[in-house]
Amino acid sequence: MSIRDRMSGNEAIATAMRQINPDVFAMFPITPSTEIPQYFAKYVADGKVDTEFICVESEHSSMSACIGAEAAGCRAITATSSAGLSFMNETLFVAASARLPIVLAVACRALTGPININHDYSDSMAERDSGFIQIYAENNQEAYDNYLQAHRIAETADVRLPVMICEDGFITSHALENIELESDEDVKAFVGEYNPENYLLKEENPLAVGPYGVSGYYMEARVAQAEAMKNAKRAILDVAADFEKTFGRKYGFFEEYKMEDAELAIVIMGSSAGTAKAAVDELREAGQKVGLIKVRVFRPFPGEELAKALSHVKAVAVMDKSEGFSANGGPLFAETASACINLSERPKMIDIVYGLGGRDFTVAHTKRVFKHLEKIVATGEVGETYIHLGQRDDREEVL
Amino acid sequence: MNIMEIRWHGRGGQGAKTASLLLADAAFMAGKFVQSFPEYGPERSGAPITAYNRISDERCSIHSNIYEPDYVVVVDETLLESVDVTAGLKKDGAIVINSAKSGEELRPLLNGYQGKVYTIDAGTLSRKHLGNYFPNTPMLAAIVAISECVEPDAFMKDMEEAYSHKFADKPQVVKGNLGCLEETMQSVKAQM
Repeated sequence: MSIRDRMSGNEAIATAMRQINPDVFAMFPITPSTEIPQYFAKYVADGKVDTEFICVESEHSSMSACIGAEAAGCRAITATSSAGLSFMNETLFVAASARLPIVLAVACRALTGPININHDYSDSMAERDSGFIQIYAENNQEAYDNYLQAHRIAETADVRLPVMICEDGFITSHALENIELESDEDVKAFVGEYNPENYLLKEENPLAVGPYGVSGYYMEARVAQAEAMKNAKRAILDVAADFEKTFGRKYGFFEEYKMEDAELAIVIMGSSAGTAKAAVDELREAGQKVGLIKVRVFRPFPGEELAKALSHVKAVAVMDKSEGFSANGGPLFAETASACINLSERPKMIDIVYGLGGRDFTVAHTKRVFKHLEKIVATGEVGETYIHLGQRDDREEVL
Repeated sequence: MNIMEIRWHGRGGQGAKTASLLLADAAFMAGKFVQSFPEYGPERSGAPITAYNRISDERCSIHSNIYEPDYVVVVDETLLESVDVTAGLKKDGAIVINSAKSGEELRPLLNGYQGKVYTIDAGTLSRKHLGNYFPNTPMLAAIVAISECVEPDAFMKDMEEAYSHKFADKPQVVKGNLGCLEETMQSVKAQM
């Protein structure tokens, strides 16, 4: 039986962590660490968890401590945001390549500069090649639900990869909304105990972690890691299916919203998807065949499935909330376009970079994007494929 | 879907964000779906800040800021000189300002806003009932009475329960808060 409550995304994730009661939480206790460790510190002080709570001097160290703990057979977690995630960069690659199923909560925020504390995906997208699984949430409920699924995905025997549970900074992390929580017992039963087959000091089955990989072996390790990321696709769907059976809320690689007969579609992530759904509803009421796809899992990228979902659409706008400085569009566009490249009938596709550094994204913006797609279909001309929407001078970039 | 949208204007440190959280709590207790979120920037005490509420019967998926609010609450009247507090405010909505002046006295500062203007002397009310300057409590009662986003009687009952729980060993505080809410609501009704 779900428990009706209201809380921020940060408190929702901290609640999931408390319910799971991990062995180790290593954290940097200063901004931009998020409120998550702050909530968790209270659970530790109140005796609600028996987690070893380690305060370290930087995010590089918090991830390093997680690596050490996880290598020793513990369930280890941490949380961060923005520059803190960037500072973890080196150790993220270590965690993933050592195949340590750490779970890292990220409140996604912009990177400097100019200095900015607000939401976009600059931080998490910069780590898209780190080897972490990345799962994104539209709201506090999804952040909580994704976190409950994270450990099982990470710890799946043929996956053993770390997971980043991403929520939108401030928009989700600091906004209070309704949520349905599950009971501590049900969560514990769903997540289960962590009993790794090998770890550093396991007497009967010890494991070496972090050895040198000469050229004769390095590539094999990387291929094995790439295979693990492919295996993660099945694990994500298996865990989602069991989650739905247990708690009743359905998840997949992405959510298709009014896509059945859609001719125009946007591909989008996070809280903006909720705002865009309201625009889709309005346009549908006016008789327009529009829909949206909200990408939940960015790593592994569900290319084949996404291409299939877009194959019947005439024009697609991919919405990127980070600027990759590729001069060719953002990361979500690059992935979506390459996923569709071998379709026999491809939709026309453009990239729209929006919402950088907390620039607000509205229902009206979404409608402008659909209007632009309508024009592309009417004229048959794609035109500019790399557009920045919502600039300060209020130019109508997509009309 | 019917969504009531409320925008709060205050200064950093005055508790406009907290007031928006309290309103969301009150609406949640009344069975509503709620959103409460501030607009974050560089955090400086005394700088103008904005906070928002959405209140609805179903979950609202929109996560943008609010540009056409039904109601506006101004926690600090000195903001009227520097912030366009009535921007986008619906004509059939209302604004409530923390001030000892009357609504008609303040109307010239409201950029031609035609709708209803309420004022609450939150300083005097909170000093009388709570012994200090806590403008949140009267402003919360005012917006509930004006918007009826929560049925006022149910609101008073929920608040009594919440305060009695929170200040179980301080019955004077419970009495003070409830008295403050009650007198604010009367003051709003007198302006209707």
